[in-house]
Amino acid sequence: MGEIAVSLWRGRADGSYQVYRVPQRDNQTVLDVVTWVQRNVDPTLAYRFACRVGMCGSCAMTVNGRPRWTCRTHTAKVVNDGRLEIGPLANLPIIKDLACDLQPFFEKWQKAKAVFAPRLTREDAIERIMPTTAARLAADAAIECINCAVCYAACDTVRWNADYLGPAALNRAWTLVNDVRDTGNRQRLAAVAAAGGCHTCHSHQSCQQHCPTALNPTASIAGLKRHTMQAYLRGELE
Amino acid sequence: MNGNRGQPQHAPNTSGHRHNTLWLAALLHRLSGLALAAFLPLHFLVFALVLKSEAALDGLLRWTANPAVKLAETGLVFLLTLHLLGGIRILLLENLPWFAGHKRLVAGALLTASMLALVFLVRAA
Amino acid sequence: MNVRLYVLQRASAAFMAPLLLIHLGVIFYASSRGLSAADILARTRGSLLWGTFYAAIVVAAATHAAIGVRVIASEWTRWRDDALQALMWACGLLLVALGLTAVAAVVLA
Repeated sequence: MGEIAVSLWRGRADGSYQVYRVPQRDNQTVLDVVTWVQRNVDPTLAYRFACRVGMCGSCAMTVNGRPRWTCRTHTAKVVNDGRLEIGPLANLPIIKDLACDLQPFFEKWQKAKAVFAPRLTREDAIERIMPTTAARLAADAAIECINCAVCYAACDTVRWNADYLGPAALNRAWTLVNDVRDTGNRQRLAAVAAAGGCHTCHSHQSCQQHCPTALNPTASIAGLKRHTMQAYLRGELE
Repeated sequence: MNGNRGQPQHAPNTSGHRHNTLWLAALLHRLSGLALAAFLPLHFLVFALVLKSEAALDGLLRWTANPAVKLAETGLVFLLTLHLLGGIRILLLENLPWFAGHKRLVAGALLTASMLALVFLVRAA
Repeated sequence: MNVRLYVLQRASAAFMAPLLLIHLGVIFYASSRGLSAADILARTRGSLLWGTFYAAIVVAAATHAAIGVRVIASEWTRWRDDALQALMWACGLLLVALGLTAVAAVVLA
């Protein structure tokens, strides 16, 4: 079938692309390509993966300039003129080669108070939540996030503003704002109404365009804007 | 963007996400706003000229008959309309429940701004 | 950008939108008729309506633009908070001062 000239980022932030020649196969994914290089050419290549079937989000990398899940990207769709370019996710510190440090991403999740604060305990009866209420529908539309950081890597506002909490953290916060079992909304709304919070979003919709789970953080963030504005006007924000 | 063309790249290429209509719309919105903000002081100064004399304002208004100036004014009408319509789209996005069709709205805004500017140019010529 | 700046910026935008549509109408009318200074001033001098209308636009535009410029500077430069605040106030006050001077010039006799 021929060969692909694959440029892989090697090193840290001060590294560079190195080109490898990889046999192209039918039904081949970008993750297959990276794995082939590591097994057959250079065992020192660092990269992450886990499920390799599009469920865990671990294999997210930058492919031809765009963040995506490499196990769900067929080479036939992205190889141009026999060339392919693979690098680590953007907007995160590079550990080595194709692996980046997700610590800042998780820290912002905490900073957005996108953490469930329960009211009931195991001693209480289970609360019945109707899946058809407006709040539950809103939460369910955003709940499938597996924190792969593709949206975070696709966001220019994240790139331009170090304080910006980012689409994933805010999307998660939105699911909790709509969760009737949660009691942390006062602090959560204050957290997302501060500098670097939901109001920093410019609605580029790069997050929504690139989310492999077809989520829409822009919509979630718009919801947060409405809730925080109402809370602010009512004097409820700390 | 696509493979190593023999030139050393000192940072990973990560701008592919910008090939996105809505990202471009946001950029145009920002640049048009910046241009309008820069133009406003000049605009105000022109009308404050009346404080000096009507003749001074008249002189300036006659200057605006210059085709190069008319072209610049056409540009401003375009920028104002674009920024205004784009801004309305954002206000709707942020205050109404989510709706689809944003790319179409952006295209509509660009078209309307262009048409309005064209009408201005033709009528003012 | 935080909730306070956001509310001011969006409110000034929403307030201005209909006013600017009218202003666009005025622009078209004045330029296609080739109005001279005397023509314009005959309409604006002593007019409480035009005075209020344009003063409102000036204040809203100054607020909106100042916050907008602050946001752009915060993302595209490395300026810190104090510099950004100063920039925002400088832009806002300059636009209000120049704008209200212009409105006064064409409205007051």
